[in-house]
Formats: sequence, structure tokens, C-alpha cells
Amino acid sequence: MSNLAWIFVSTLLVNNFTLVMFLGLCSFFGVTAKIETAWRLGLANTFVLIITAVSAWILNTYILTHTPYLRTIAFIVVIASAVQIVEMGVKKYLPVLFRQLGIYLPLITTNCAILGLALFQTSRHYTFVEGLVFALGAGFGLTLALSLLASIRERMEVADVPVVARRMGLVLVAASCLSLAFMGFAGMGSQ
Amino acid sequence: MTTTVAPVPATAPDLIPGVWPPAAPEFVPGAPPPAPLWADTWRGIAKENPVLVQMLGMCPTMAVTNVLANGIAMGVATMFVLVGSGLCVSLLRKYIAHEVRITSYILIIATFVTLADLILAASFPEISKALGPFIPLIVANCLLLGRAEAFAAKVGPVRAVADGMGMGIGFTLSLAAMSAVRELLGRGSLLGFDILGARWEPWVFMVLPAGGFFTLGLLLITVAWIDELRRKRRMVAAK
Repeated sequence: MSNLAWIFVSTLLVNNFTLVMFLGLCSFFGVTAKIETAWRLGLANTFVLIITAVSAWILNTYILTHTPYLRTIAFIVVIASAVQIVEMGVKKYLPVLFRQLGIYLPLITTNCAILGLALFQTSRHYTFVEGLVFALGAGFGLTLALSLLASIRERMEVADVPVVARRMGLVLVAASCLSLAFMGFAGMGSQ
Repeated sequence: MTTTVAPVPATAPDLIPGVWPPAAPEFVPGAPPPAPLWADTWRGIAKENPVLVQMLGMCPTMAVTNVLANGIAMGVATMFVLVGSGLCVSLLRKYIAHEVRITSYILIIATFVTLADLILAASFPEISKALGPFIPLIVANCLLLGRAEAFAAKVGPVRAVADGMGMGIGFTLSLAAMSAVRELLGRGSLLGFDILGARWEPWVFMVLPAGGFFTLGLLLITVAWIDELRRKRRMVAAK
């Protein structure tokens, strides 16, 4: 039990997928202009992460033990189909959410956080339950990072900034400060 | 059927199908305008640099650039996948149905990434170990899907390769610039050789993840600053 709790806290804070392990940076910079879209995308990502964790576990246990060299191809195909299924489901049953997410829903396929989760889950030999907790922690960590940066960017919109830093430059420096703050958790894994 | 077909000269056999002799440019909706090959290559290096201008492929840019050797290895591996997948997508562009194109592109890219992963693991096991899961993660680099969709699927194979080379060189150069700054300040060395000497106190911050965001932020501000200076100089010259 304590092991599961540790996996959750570790992926949520200590090894935050976005700020410490650099996964899913495209959406981190692409959709964090407004806080509303940011946390909604975070939750959609969490959902896909959980589906991916389950599919990756099934693939690893039953199929990829025979053909390890097909790992990358198998994972990406499964992720692409999972995203497609989620998209169709959301469109059918939650049309309001579907309109709010728009193009970002299909773009989850090329979010490296998803593929990264499957790869890390493989290299760390997680069991089924551990994988689920890992995906949950990663998803919430992603949502946390997206919301935090979006809040900072909303504040920066009205700030008086030198012309040369107005585009992405300052956003990256702000992300750097955020990442530095998360480094404060780094000692937690040592004891 | 009354469609008019352009007359094909019987004296020019296809020596290499689809490559030579170059066919008359066909009309493809949304295709990039015709340009000389050097322009296709140069575009990726300067005007549409994947990292510094388009902000694509951010994850490897940050994650592997703490040491110069890793940055260069990542850049070269990505260039290999860019050129290979660009060539394949361009050769197959008339056979891939529009509805399944994204999945097909992803599969082609994943094939070349697997190749790069296995080649690297066999020839440079140390670098392969240092880059870890970030080599398979090239699949999820939006730069590759972006180039396949926006360029390679709409032009002939020669131009697609030129574009892949350009984007790859531009990507490698930006990665090398970032990792050189981070390794020099963070470890006082370049490619493992000690440059700044024993009296240099390494900035640990630069090799930490936060240093990656910070270095790219500074690089982008520098690029914007140079742009701004050039714009001002042009305005003065115009007066």
C-alpha cells in the first residue's frame, strides 16, 4: 500500500512528468494561454493515460514478450486507436466537452507524455495496479503543471514586459522558475 | 470520358520511377510553392527553424541537452527519421487514402524510429543508454508528423529529402547550441573535455531540468533581440 502511495506522490510531485521529466511540452506551451482549456486538457490527458496504462500492461504481458522490437510501433498504434475511441465516445455522450476541447483531443496522440508513460511503465516493470496508480499520478501531475503555468501566463498578459521577451521567451523563463520550485521535492525520494 | 490527358513524350522513359526525369509539376491543393532545392533545405535551418521559430519537438530539446554529445546524437537520430520518413511518405503519397493518412504517417515514422533505436543501441551503446526512452519518444515529436503532413505528402521525393535534411540540420544546430551552453556552464566542459578549468564553480542549475527551460528562454529572447535590431536597421535604411 505504501508502495502505491509512493508511486502516486512521486509521479505527481517529485518526478512531475512535465516540469521534471520534460514530457508533453507541446501542450504545456501550446494550450496554457487560458486556465480553462488548460485544466480541461489535463483531465482529458489523464483519461487517455489510464487507458494507455491498461493497454500497455496487456501488450507487455501477452504480446511483446515474444516480439520486443515491435514495442514502439505497437504502443503508438494502440495509443492512436485509444485516442480515436475516446474521441468518438466523448463526441457521442459529452458533446459539450467535445466542442470545448476541439483540436486538442486528437492531438493527444502526439503527446509524448502518453508514449512516455507506456515506455517508463515497461522499463520499471510495474504490475497492473501499480501501472494504474502511475497513470493517475502522471495525469494529475500534468493537470497541475498545465493549470499552474496557465495561471502565471494569465497574469503575465497584463504585465509590462520588454518587447523582445513578449513571445515565448518569458513563458519559458517562467516555466524554469516553476520547475525550480518543483526541484524542492527532489529530496523526498532519498530516505 | 472527356478528360484531357497531357501528352507524354514517348522518347523519355522513366529511368527511376517518380524521381527522374522530373515530371511536370502537378497541382496538389495546399502544396508548398515551387522552390529551388537549396531553398527547401535552408528554410529548415533558418527561417522556419523547428526549435527556435516553430517551437516543435520541445520534449527532446529540453530533456537530452544537458551534455553536448547527447544533444548532437539526438539531433542526428531525428534527422535520420526526418529524411527517411519524408522520403517514404512522399513516395507513397498517391497510395495513402486521405482518411487513414495520420495513422499511416505515424506507422512510417515509428518504423524509422525503431531502426534508429536499434542502430544506436548496436553501434553506440553508451549514448543509447544515456538517451534512454527518449529515442523511442522521437515518434511523438510533433515535428515529424508536422513535416509529413505539411510538406512530404505534397511534393516529390527529392524535395521531401531536401526539406528533411534542412529541418534535421536546423534541429541539430539548435540542440547543439543549447547543450553547448548547458554543458559549458553546468559542468565547465565541452564534449567531456575540461574547458573552464578546475577553478570554475559549475552552475548545477544549468544541468537541472529548470536550466533547460531557462536556456531555451534566453536563446529565444536573443533571437527576438537580433530580429528586433535588424528590423530597426532596415527601418533606418528605408528612411
